[in-house]
Amino acid sequence: MVKQEKELANRPDNTAYTQQRLPAWQPMLSAGIIIPGFVIIGLAFIGIGVALFVTSQSIQVLELDYTGVEQTSPCFKCTDQTIKNCVCKLDFNIDKLFEGPVFFYYGLSNYFQNQRKYGVSKDDTQLSGDLDNFKTPSDTCLPYRYDSQGKPIVPCGAIANSMFNDTFKLFQIVKGVRKQVPFDGKGIAWWTDYNIKYRNPSVPVLKNAFNGTVKPISWPRPAYELDTSDPANNGFINQDFLVWMRRAALPDFRKLYRRITDGDYAKGLPAGNYSLEIAYNYPVLDFDGRKKVLLSNVSWMGGKNEFLGIAYLVIGSLCIVMSIVMLIVYAKFKFPEED
Amino acid sequence: MERLHWVQHRCRQLLAGDSERGWYSAPNGLPNKNFLDRHSSPQRVSGKRRTVFARHGPHQQEYEAASKKYKGNAIRTTKYSLLTFLPMNLFQQFHRAANLYFLFLALLNWVPVVEAFQKEITMIPLVVVLTVIAIKDALEDYRRYLFDKKVNNNVVRVFCSKQKTYVQKCWKDVQVGDFVRLSSNEIIPADLLLLYSSDPRGVCYIETSNLDGETNLKQRQVVSDLPFQGAELTLENFRSRIECENPNNDLSRFRGYMEHPNGVRVGLHNSNLLLRSCTIRNTETVVGIVVYAGHETKAMMNNSGPRYKRSQLEKRLNTDVLWCVVLLIVMCLTAAVGHGLWMKNLKDPIFQVDGETSPALAGFYVFWTMIIVLQVLIPISLYVSIEIVKLGQIYFIHNDLALYNEQLDSRIQCRALNITEDLGQIQYLFSDKTGTLTENKMVFRRCSIFGVEYPHEENARRLEVYEAEKTEAGGRSVTLKSGCSGKSLSCRSLSCNRSSVSLHTLTDEAEEEEEDQLTNHIQRKTSAFCSRVAREVVPDPMLVRKLNWLRSPVLTLSDGSSGTPSSLELTYITDFFLALAMCNSVVVSSPSQPRHQVPEARTPLKSLEEIKLMFQRFSFSPFSTLSPPQIRGSPHSFTSRLFARGKTGSFTFPTPPDNTTGRSEPGLEDQLETSKLDSLSRAEGKDAGGMEEREDGTTENTKMSPDERDYDDELLYEAESPDEAALVHAAQAYRCTLRGRSAESLLVDLPGIGSLVVQLLHILPFDSNRKRMSVVIRHPLSGQVVVYTKGADSVIMDLTETPKGADHAQEIYGHIREQTQKHLDSYARDGLRTLCIAKKVLEEEEYEVWLKRQLLAESSIENREELLLESAQRLETHLTLLGTTGILDRLQEEVPETIEALQRAGIKVWVLTGDKKETAINIAYACKLLRPNDQLLTASCGSKEACAALLQQLRLEVQHGEDSLTTGAGNHGKSSSDCGTGFVLVTDGCTLDWALQEDLKNDFVVLSCKCKAVICCRSTPLQKSQVVQLIRDQLGVMALAVGDGANDVSMIQVADVGIGISGQEGMQAVMSSDFAVSRFKHLRKLLLVHGRWCYSRLANMILYFIYKNVMYVNLLFWYQFFCGFSGSVMTNSWVLIFFNLLFTSVPPLIYGVLDRDTPADTLMELPELYQDTQSSKVYIPSMFWFTVLDAFYQSLVCFFVPYFAYAGSDVGDLSFGSPINASALLIILLHQVIESHTLTWIHVLVLVFSSSFYFGFVLLFSVICVTCSPPTNPLGVETLQMSQPLFYIVCALTTVTALLPRLLFRALHNTLHSSAALKSAQMDKEDSERYRRRMQCWNLKHSPANRVPVCVDNPDLEPNSASVMS
Repeated sequence: MVKQEKELANRPDNTAYTQQRLPAWQPMLSAGIIIPGFVIIGLAFIGIGVALFVTSQSIQVLELDYTGVEQTSPCFKCTDQTIKNCVCKLDFNIDKLFEGPVFFYYGLSNYFQNQRKYGVSKDDTQLSGDLDNFKTPSDTCLPYRYDSQGKPIVPCGAIANSMFNDTFKLFQIVKGVRKQVPFDGKGIAWWTDYNIKYRNPSVPVLKNAFNGTVKPISWPRPAYELDTSDPANNGFINQDFLVWMRRAALPDFRKLYRRITDGDYAKGLPAGNYSLEIAYNYPVLDFDGRKKVLLSNVSWMGGKNEFLGIAYLVIGSLCIVMSIVMLIVYAKFKFPEED
Repeated sequence: MERLHWVQHRCRQLLAGDSERGWYSAPNGLPNKNFLDRHSSPQRVSGKRRTVFARHGPHQQEYEAASKKYKGNAIRTTKYSLLTFLPMNLFQQFHRAANLYFLFLALLNWVPVVEAFQKEITMIPLVVVLTVIAIKDALEDYRRYLFDKKVNNNVVRVFCSKQKTYVQKCWKDVQVGDFVRLSSNEIIPADLLLLYSSDPRGVCYIETSNLDGETNLKQRQVVSDLPFQGAELTLENFRSRIECENPNNDLSRFRGYMEHPNGVRVGLHNSNLLLRSCTIRNTETVVGIVVYAGHETKAMMNNSGPRYKRSQLEKRLNTDVLWCVVLLIVMCLTAAVGHGLWMKNLKDPIFQVDGETSPALAGFYVFWTMIIVLQVLIPISLYVSIEIVKLGQIYFIHNDLALYNEQLDSRIQCRALNITEDLGQIQYLFSDKTGTLTENKMVFRRCSIFGVEYPHEENARRLEVYEAEKTEAGGRSVTLKSGCSGKSLSCRSLSCNRSSVSLHTLTDEAEEEEEDQLTNHIQRKTSAFCSRVAREVVPDPMLVRKLNWLRSPVLTLSDGSSGTPSSLELTYITDFFLALAMCNSVVVSSPSQPRHQVPEARTPLKSLEEIKLMFQRFSFSPFSTLSPPQIRGSPHSFTSRLFARGKTGSFTFPTPPDNTTGRSEPGLEDQLETSKLDSLSRAEGKDAGGMEEREDGTTENTKMSPDERDYDDELLYEAESPDEAALVHAAQAYRCTLRGRSAESLLVDLPGIGSLVVQLLHILPFDSNRKRMSVVIRHPLSGQVVVYTKGADSVIMDLTETPKGADHAQEIYGHIREQTQKHLDSYARDGLRTLCIAKKVLEEEEYEVWLKRQLLAESSIENREELLLESAQRLETHLTLLGTTGILDRLQEEVPETIEALQRAGIKVWVLTGDKKETAINIAYACKLLRPNDQLLTASCGSKEACAALLQQLRLEVQHGEDSLTTGAGNHGKSSSDCGTGFVLVTDGCTLDWALQEDLKNDFVVLSCKCKAVICCRSTPLQKSQVVQLIRDQLGVMALAVGDGANDVSMIQVADVGIGISGQEGMQAVMSSDFAVSRFKHLRKLLLVHGRWCYSRLANMILYFIYKNVMYVNLLFWYQFFCGFSGSVMTNSWVLIFFNLLFTSVPPLIYGVLDRDTPADTLMELPELYQDTQSSKVYIPSMFWFTVLDAFYQSLVCFFVPYFAYAGSDVGDLSFGSPINASALLIILLHQVIESHTLTWIHVLVLVFSSSFYFGFVLLFSVICVTCSPPTNPLGVETLQMSQPLFYIVCALTTVTALLPRLLFRALHNTLHSSAALKSAQMDKEDSERYRRRMQCWNLKHSPANRVPVCVDNPDLEPNSASVMS
């Protein structure tokens, strides 16, 4: 036998693999798999759908447009760009307790933060605190790389330059007295952005790092003075700056401004009258944009979204319907042949 | 015909008398100068020729001048060197359109205004592809380099003029004009002209297996008349000039002449040339001069690269790729226009970066940006993937055990790597007959001599017995050596053949008896029996009895009593067997004898004289030229006188007569002794088996004296064609044994006479135009010049004629002719191959006249072939018909089953053969190509007009037949396609010639379309290829040609798929084929299973690939609607590039290699399923659009579900892309799960690996990539996303929604469609079987007589004999 095998040197291996006889599962051949599969998927989807729908219903959202396009709007006066430091007040009331923690967003629409040239226009190395890039920002920042005097702009680029600079103050009007609702501005940016990606240059005094540079053209104050109230919240790790630098995926977006978690309002905003004081700076009319403020609480599935719940319900039901159709087809074509 | 026929030429010159020293030792003076003056000019003028001088010879200057441009023997097959590798390889690679496309994209990305990604990212696909291919090329090249180095450094002994001896040199240092000395078993380093051989006859044997795979030895001949032979070589004085052709790749042709200093020219032929890479065998030493070296050798020039054919599927694919291009352009244009409009509506907002560019220009830029972004839409990588997939498919075909031949230990050879899927689309199969359908193991079956048939019943029984033995032995799994095996016999298949009942008289019961009887012997016989089938022929008792008269001491010459042959008949019989033994090119060798040498002659005197007497008295042809005294005397004086007699003519023998006679006396004694030993050993040897017993029991021939049967069995015949071997073996069975062969003589044993040296004057080798071969010999007994011709009956019958002379002789001859023709027909009916044997006696003057012309033809360089043909034709006239032989060529095993399966698969099978019509029809019956109830249409006509009319008439007939069938079928309640009847067209070569002409070919095609099968007999190789081409081009179908011989090469090359059967007839067919199998039955699995699989795998893979690209690219496209068509993406650019390149590249490959849409067993059982792929149901335009549509749907779902889920939220761009990418990956992978017909653990592994690779990559990337990959820095994106439940909610919804329609479709399709096909096929099978049974019963009842072909009786005389069968 040994000799024989030796002589048959060319004989192919008789293995399941080489002979293409590997045990195989023939998927989908039987309706016996499909129909129960559809039923299970359908039921699961309906279950998820119901859960999502219920959750979404429980989320409260309050949306206030303050663009000021309409003449009736209290911010109409501020749409005139010649007025500097325009402040407008927006009054609203809440019928029932707005459960906390409440997230305070500002929203922009028709704003293309996702367009390619805009998205490219920043210098990640500079933003990670590299002083070399303070002197010579990356050419991706064009045309916001150097100012007209040839001084490097820090932070450079279109994204930084176009940073949203409206500021908000929320007051609850309790018996005619304005009581400011405390905002929590910490931790609104991504942990990775705040701790890893964006770094201030490691110099003792932050301001010195910016010597020889100029602030972005549209900015009122340089980067090291972004937050006058909290010295630690300045430079590239300013939370508002970080939030802005995370470009929105879609042209209608909102960005987290503050959270309401402290003091009397930790449990939420009680029913009552409120007044929103807006420092109106950011121009949106030249691209037909809208500015708004959103108050929302969140759930495990994020913000309010009715679409997902409904979609799950629809798809789940579709699966059930299909399994019934399959059953009919199967009964009609398969059973007679089996005898 | 590329057969390496050796042509014998003898150019006798008067100078030859100088024997040892020869002309070159003559003082150099006058002749030398003359020679130079005369010949220096033409050699330079003629550009078509090459002139070779000895390198170290006296003509140094000429050598320098002539050989300067000739290549040395160093070979370099590498494409690159270390320095040139990079530029050359890149240059080569950029010849591919795919790489140019990648390069274009990469360059486009360097243009700042259209830049879509980081500059280096678009380089990645290009770099990856280039690197992979460059590594592959480099490895291949390195292997070639090592091989070249090894070959170049082989050592060979080359003559050195300084040391006047042979020195060791590397192959690479050998130059044209060098003298090379080789020993036995050495490999020839360059094309050498053979100048000296240690063999006294000046021959040497080479084995060409390195070149063409043929293992039989071929004889080569020293350049005639060189005085080196037998003498010490003094090469430094070699002054001759060699003129030969320029290097070419024709292995079978070499023409030239050698001009000696005295102006004498000697013709050089192929038989003088030793080809590079062949091996010297059985010859101690040879010396040759290099004429072609290195790359100019014939072997190297034949070394063409692998075959490249573009498959049908790939052509279709190209149109779809064009559609993809259109799609891409449309999408990019949309984006461009959209961007322009968007820009126009903006009034310099704060997020505007580049406000100066006009909207139109910005749109233009975006167009190009989008081309970069959407580049994967054009599935360029598909071409690379297809190549890889085909390699995988080839791997599995190559490894299939069902395509492995255990006896030959040979697998299928896949020579063309890129047409696997064409195997699944074959519509026409053109098959050779001999060696393809049949074994091509020729066995002598019966013969007819002098108009008397010798049926060899015992022989028939023996063949049956061997079949039985074989079946038995097969069960014991005997290992057989390749030389003698490969003949699994299909007795069952042949016994199905009713028309050849006479061949197989044994019923099954009888076979069983035989088996019982034989089981004892099988074990002993297994080692040797296989070759014996061909070798041992049981003689016909009648013929033996007649032959015994020849050797009986007393001749009753004039006796006319019954049972005693007339002496004229005896002469015929003797001539017949002499012709069988001599008229061939068989090389004789024996294992015990290392060298092919003619054993010395010994001629028992006893009966010789009587024989002579008889020959003289009773030959009807003039035998009187030889007077009795000349042959009287001692044996060696007889031979010497024969030789001496030759000397008086215009030629001499190279072997000095005294040489032969001198050695003959001791040789005689030796052999008498050995013969005794032989007979002893034989008695107790291997032949003591059943053969011997049977012989003893049935015939008296075993009583032959032992010395006549001495060492027959030790002789090995190496024949170029199996027919020749069969005939030589047949002659041997009648004690007419070919014992040895040299260039000038043959040693033949004759019964009752003993060994005779027969002087061989010429061999006119076989060629397919003449369809015959001849030998010219000096008859050993009568001393006359005799021509023996052996050839196809059609040719020989025309060339024979009634001899002039007595009425009596004429009458006898007419009778013989008539009888022989009758026997021929009956042989053909039995499916035997027939050959006619004829002879002719030449007058000396006649011979001399012919000889002159022949010599002229041989020595001419220009149109030598034509001249030789003409010369041969001049000789082969006025032949006398001796008899005919019938050779049996059995069907290979499982041929009928295979043909039936192929026909059921919707493949039309044509048989193109060079055989007789009757033989072809019978084989067609035997292999079930022709069924009893088929209508046979015979087309044979003599003129074009007749042919046109005939085709018309046959068409009408078919029409009529179809009508009647439909009406008839109507009564049966069946459609005509169900019934087993059909039309089979049988056409012969002449008719085919007419039918293939421009104005008739349409009629022919139309007619043949309506026929179930077509059999073309008597067709030439050219016609075969014409037929294939005609059908292929006119009908636009996929054609497969299968053949085994050199005559099938053109057909194989023309067909879409060429398949070579590696069988008995050399390797030409295999070399030119795309696939080479060893048996015809392998076609069944190759086509039905592998063909279908390959096709459907590839088609599905292509569709999947296109789907994958369209689906993924559209996600990016939809995003453009939300980013102002600015060309931004929501994914990290590395992930984007890797998505196609890494994450989803392996699954389609696995899908393309491993998917099995239907199990192999089902495909084998239901050949009808083949029609699915044959009509390319999988890959049709609608499938393409269906796939693209599905891809659009899925991408819409995949984009817009996340869109609505995240709309209005604070989601960042990369965070938005994260669930989209993840669900796209899941959708793409699960889509494949749905589409796969089978899932094995490999699939699962690859799918799991792909997805985990993706998730692993993006997670890792989002952790470690701090500032990298701007502007789409992924830091923290995926980790954050995947920590949120929303991500999974979105992914689940997206995946399920996207796959739902496909899932539903597939489920419904599988439930309804595929089972329906299987069922209906099964129903069809049952129906047709039932119907066939009924038809057979009906046939048996109604027309039992009609089963024999009607047309065979006189087919050629009736121009339009359209005989209807059934």
